[in-house]
Amino acid sequence: MATITKDQIEERVTEAVASFGPEPEDVKLDATFESLDVDSLDLVELGQIVQDEYGVELKSDDMPKLKTVGDAVDLIASRAS
Amino acid sequence: MNRRVVVTGVGAVTPLGVGAETLHERWVRGESGIEDGVAACSDFDPVDHLTRKEARRNDRFSQLALVACAEALEQAGWDDDGPYDRTRVGCVVGTGIGGIETLTDADGVLREQGPERVSPLSIPLMMANAAPAALAMRHNLQGQCYGTVSACAAGAHAIGAAARMIDAGDADAVVCGGAEAALVPLAYAAFGAMDALSDSGISRPFDARRDGFVMGEGAGILVLEDAERAEARGATVLGEILGYGATADAHHLTAPEPRGEGAARALIAAMRDAGVDATQIDYVNAHGTSTPLNDRAETVAIKAALGERAADVPVSSTKSAIGHLLGAAGAVEAVATLLALRDRVAPPTLGYEEPEEGLDLDYVPDGARSLDTNGRQPVALSSSFGFGGHNAVLCLGGVA
Repeated sequence: MATITKDQIEERVTEAVASFGPEPEDVKLDATFESLDVDSLDLVELGQIVQDEYGVELKSDDMPKLKTVGDAVDLIASRAS
Repeated sequence: MNRRVVVTGVGAVTPLGVGAETLHERWVRGESGIEDGVAACSDFDPVDHLTRKEARRNDRFSQLALVACAEALEQAGWDDDGPYDRTRVGCVVGTGIGGIETLTDADGVLREQGPERVSPLSIPLMMANAAPAALAMRHNLQGQCYGTVSACAAGAHAIGAAARMIDAGDADAVVCGGAEAALVPLAYAAFGAMDALSDSGISRPFDARRDGFVMGEGAGILVLEDAERAEARGATVLGEILGYGATADAHHLTAPEPRGEGAARALIAAMRDAGVDATQIDYVNAHGTSTPLNDRAETVAIKAALGERAADVPVSSTKSAIGHLLGAAGAVEAVATLLALRDRVAPPTLGYEEPEEGLDLDYVPDGARSLDTNGRQPVALSSSFGFGGHNAVLCLGGVA
């Protein structure tokens, strides 16, 4: 697989999360999913997107650990590398 | 009905535009929302009315219901908290099909990309109770909340069930109505296969040339309140649910019972529930689909239920202007009927020109006509009949 940088993952995750409804400028690494009104159903969709694009699987036990956008980027980056 | 149930707000999104008054005014003027044989809500763009999140989290039928609901609650004068204990406010919204666009889109993803790619939002968006769930969440309605599913009678059943909920003392107010958004290839193909759709693309109920219904989409929402409580809070009353009657043909999966017996029983039950007799009926808002079978059986039913009054009472079909909104039809037509009673007007059956033998009621063919009620409360019947033989009739009252 071609090398994927963490910046690229951050950009893609931010874009995906913004598509779920929050204002794009509010989607920062330290923003919590709760504050963005992003719930478990949205995170399943995020999981489908990263599986498609990076071949990374987010399992249902991963979801409760993901509190912020940064948590998701970190986890995806660690599995994509 | 033991308690009086009043209507304090109405909202609608229809092929004539966004807003109940738009529907009323344009229909009374004789304008049609049907273009090229389709009755779409072309003016409706969800992002004009909903947040991006709300738009994404709702199938189009629920989006239409949310917008009609906001209009109805605003007219009722409800703020975010509403005037009642939230646990005493119900919500009943009918649909014929539910989120069929979500269903067919998800099926496309399943076939093309596999089961892992099917959205987790598919079920919550397509489920037939999605609209009442969305309204309850948006407006914090915590009483009884469910959908009614009875094809093209669903909207009328929802209003009837809502009125009964108040009548039984189970709620102080109920937000109710119907919603439908089924303008997708699968629905066209399936209704077409049944020969239910108009080949000419013209909705002309009761006319000899009628050849099927024109499919439409939309939503109608009403706010019903216990009359005593509405009065105590100083609400402006728009009209009243005087009575409700519902029956089944138990005859055929799709065809109406040709003698209209089930429909007539529902008409009679609604009048009896309201405590009115046929001589007091000022206007009939017919189901009037523009299908050969319905309009004939319905005419027979109106004659059976209203007796001599049937020859004189104005009977018109909203579907002549907006097509058939399926599970939303009964609710949108109840809204149209209440506004017609408010303005003492019988709106026209558009396109009616050629009579057919036996179809000889006063279908209000030549434009809207004023209703003279001599200062008493105007009373109307609004009928809805659904595939499966479901018949639901509302007896509606205006303000005296």
